[in-house]
Amino acid sequence: GLAGITASPARAETLEPNSWDDITSYNNFYEFGTRKDDPKANAGGMTTTPWSIRLDGMVDRPGTYDLAQILPQMMIEDRIYRLRCVEAWSMVVPWQGFELADLLDLAGVQDGARYVAFETLLRRDEMPGTRYPVLDWPYVEGLRLDEARHPLTIMATGIYGKPLPNQNGAPLRLVVPWKYGFKSIKSVVRITLTDSEPPTSWNKAAPGEYGFYSNVNPNVDHPRWSQKAERRIGGGLFAKKVPTLMFNGYEQDVAGLYDGMDLARHF
Amino acid sequence: MFADRINRALRRLPAWPVYLLALAHVIWLIWLGATGGLGIEPIEALEHALGLTGLKLMIAALAVTPLRRFAGINLLRFRRALGLTTFFYVTVHLLVWLVLDIGDPAAIWADIVKRPYITVGMAGFVLLVPLAITSNDWSVRRLGPGWRRLQRLSYPAALLGASHYVMLSKGFQLQPMAYLAAVLALLALRLPWKRWRREIPTA
Repeated sequence: GLAGITASPARAETLEPNSWDDITSYNNFYEFGTRKDDPKANAGGMTTTPWSIRLDGMVDRPGTYDLAQILPQMMIEDRIYRLRCVEAWSMVVPWQGFELADLLDLAGVQDGARYVAFETLLRRDEMPGTRYPVLDWPYVEGLRLDEARHPLTIMATGIYGKPLPNQNGAPLRLVVPWKYGFKSIKSVVRITLTDSEPPTSWNKAAPGEYGFYSNVNPNVDHPRWSQKAERRIGGGLFAKKVPTLMFNGYEQDVAGLYDGMDLARHF
Repeated sequence: MFADRINRALRRLPAWPVYLLALAHVIWLIWLGATGGLGIEPIEALEHALGLTGLKLMIAALAVTPLRRFAGINLLRFRRALGLTTFFYVTVHLLVWLVLDIGDPAAIWADIVKRPYITVGMAGFVLLVPLAITSNDWSVRRLGPGWRRLQRLSYPAALLGASHYVMLSKGFQLQPMAYLAAVLALLALRLPWKRWRREIPTA
């Protein structure tokens, strides 16, 4: 079913998804270049079959899992989510995917594990953007275990009922709808359970600008631009910005994860 | 000589088409933006195209003097057109940001004072204003030697413009750095290297 659009008033409105063209031609995937049209132009050469994921760290059954063998065990659902980029633009994406929690259970999370670290494929001959030191490759991201196990957190495999295009993070990517888009790491090849906060790419590049949590928050500005409003992609030259919602509109579902935390400090 | 041949060819070229081309190009960009030709996020694309073209023209204007001094190629007749079209592009770039991008007057002021890259870009624009106003023969005669001194505002303006580009980029990106390097190089060529060399005492 269309999970994730019924529970809270903030999401009671029907989300109107962006077009396939919007979603697949305006991307940040720096491994293929820093311009928004670079990923679509350059990601075609990325080999996505076969694909395997290494599940390791504090898990009962570490190993390299073949994606083709994982998928039949997962329940693929439709999830229409807002995607809010840290650059103050947003779109709505009709994903298909499964809950990350189910994948973690496949490997068996050990007691004491508190964080989940993710890593993107690094194949330099297929990724022209990695010739430049824009970021410290490979791209890495991380979540707290409770964030990772939250039912809104999914591993996406498709958009609009079609397999994920390469520029959107084929064949398997994370989607955490209440966090800025860069947390939703693409083309994942490794997931590691740890007991300490893992390093994350943008935080390493500019710690003052991108925190570990990076929850969408209109009250905490990026040092270089405001986060109070966002531009909905696809509105054309005269589209007005719209207000950004706390936790990207998923406040009722996820605010409890951060009880007692100073979100301006843990940005 | 090669430079002479270029200079002879250049003498036959009028400067006024530069203005016409700039005007046509800006109208064309806005038309593209309004009709989907700049991709699905036309505001950002338009801002970027205008800003980048402004920076290129600024660099071209700064290159006129070194080109003449070091290569003997004389583009002086085009410098005013390059400077004024720089100002034109930067002004439209600023207007697109003000009207289409931000829109909300309260947010505009907050952005100018709170966001360093916008402060820097805005400062660069402010420095270009007196240059644009005095870019006519009457001002040149009227201000005399002061006019030449005033034109040196273009040096900090170019530095601010290129820094604005570097500062708004995410991650370590080469293209903005290359533009800043070009500006720094063109400014460095203006330093009185020879005089310094002469003044170094030979022990």
